[in-house]
Amino acid sequence: MKTINRSAWLGAGLAAMPALALADGAPTLVDASTISAGDTAWMLTATALVLFMTIPGLALFYGGMVRRKNVLSTLMQSFAICALITVLWTVVGYSLAFTPGNPFIGGFDRVLLDGLVYLKDDAKLTTHPLAGTIPESVFMMFQMTFAIITPALITGAFAERMKFSAMLVFMTVWSLAVYVPVAHWVWAPGGWMADHGVLDFAGGTVVHINAGVAGLVAALVLGKRVGYGREAMAPHNLVLTLIGASMLWVGWFGFNAGSAVAADGRAGMAMMITQIATGAAALAWMFAEWIAKGKPSVLGIASGAVAGLVAITPAAGFVDAKGALAIGLISGVVCYWGATGLKHMLGYDDSLDAFGVHGVGGIVGALLTGVFAVKAIGGVEASLSAQALGVAITMAYCAVVTFVILKLVDAVIGLRVDEEKEREGLDLVLHGERVE
Amino acid sequence: MKLVSAIIKPFKLDEVREALSAIGVQGITVTEVKGFGRQKGHTELYRGAEYVVDFLPKVKLEIAIPEDLLEVVLEAIENAARTGKIGDGKIFVMDLEQVVRIRTGETGADAL
Repeated sequence: MKTINRSAWLGAGLAAMPALALADGAPTLVDASTISAGDTAWMLTATALVLFMTIPGLALFYGGMVRRKNVLSTLMQSFAICALITVLWTVVGYSLAFTPGNPFIGGFDRVLLDGLVYLKDDAKLTTHPLAGTIPESVFMMFQMTFAIITPALITGAFAERMKFSAMLVFMTVWSLAVYVPVAHWVWAPGGWMADHGVLDFAGGTVVHINAGVAGLVAALVLGKRVGYGREAMAPHNLVLTLIGASMLWVGWFGFNAGSAVAADGRAGMAMMITQIATGAAALAWMFAEWIAKGKPSVLGIASGAVAGLVAITPAAGFVDAKGALAIGLISGVVCYWGATGLKHMLGYDDSLDAFGVHGVGGIVGALLTGVFAVKAIGGVEASLSAQALGVAITMAYCAVVTFVILKLVDAVIGLRVDEEKEREGLDLVLHGERVE
Repeated sequence: MKLVSAIIKPFKLDEVREALSAIGVQGITVTEVKGFGRQKGHTELYRGAEYVVDFLPKVKLEIAIPEDLLEVVLEAIENAARTGKIGDGKIFVMDLEQVVRIRTGETGADAL
């Protein structure tokens, strides 16, 4: 049972496997004895680690990079998104992403988590077919933390200028219209991308390409910050940024090793691979910057680490140490170019490089998964063309729907604060508070 | 009476304070300030975006003294604050018309 369920999860794509024929993808009521204490203990921990990536990890990573007048509003976005997605995921998000429906969207079987149960006296509980050895409650929570960090990543692209109200409305619609369907395509049993052999171990496509592309579209639709390119917009506190990046690094073990949905050899491999790629990418960015600009910067090495974490995410369960080193080195250099060369060449103001790091790193990682996947480790044959298809379709779908949502929100409430308020700073204008 | 205003490198503050105490100066007012002189600013680089920082942090001391102390005070500040490198700062000297000690109402040299 365990092995079968596991392959369905990783398989992300093995339509032909008997595993998928076994269950129609619906959670089922099982005896408590089918639960593995070891797997459950690890997944409880992994879930907490992934939540920690967003609050306070990502919040601090981003918060340190903005100007002092906007630090609270930046922290607030990640924190509020955490609360918002918790409720959305409970009401309908989990059901639409992870219960059977059609290849494009799930069903309504778990609206308000109806049917997700733990019955103490009967010693029964529900499990999800993607994770048969842990309670469905833990699986639902683990997935929720991914649904939380994805929209929070987008906020880096439009930092320091978006209305808080517009941000909340945008994120509500985006989560349901973009995150939930793409998660269903890639991960749910019977999702169409899974059926086409697209490999995404821990969310390179669903989380990072999705967030990066949405960020790029948001940066383009909102426009540049007032004074961009003319006034100093230096990060106000890189200590916060380095602390945040370190929390992301540690939390990412929950993200990647947790995506094995078990405390097993595969989780161990994923953890090791994640560490190797991250170290390589941090060094690659640092040396690239050192050679190109003369100094190895703190922001540079921290950004490089995050780029490596992003790029190894889809590959963590499929590649060996050499593949991890290669993916790390390549993503470090390419993301350095994404956050510096590409951005300035094209002239958009992706304030904190949501696209430059997460979008570019996600694409690099997804494609290189097709190059470096080792069949003996993942048990599946990787295909570069399938990976490219997954990347292209996700980018196109995400870009179009994000654009439409932003235009609608702009028409109804307006996306940006006006210039005077932007100059004064969002902390005081939007939240009535400031750091000092 | 004279008012001496000295702009110095921040890390030299303690040495200057000690040198002034040693020659009998009773009080100093210190302010953290920013400015530029011949040292100019510096360039910072964040993910490829370059920012020229024109104003560098300095410390400004204000010292009110009787006229006969002026030469030794200037010498003490100069010696203590000098590194020999660009950006060591400047000393300005002004005539001081009146001084009042608020607690007692004393004025002039008695209030120094």
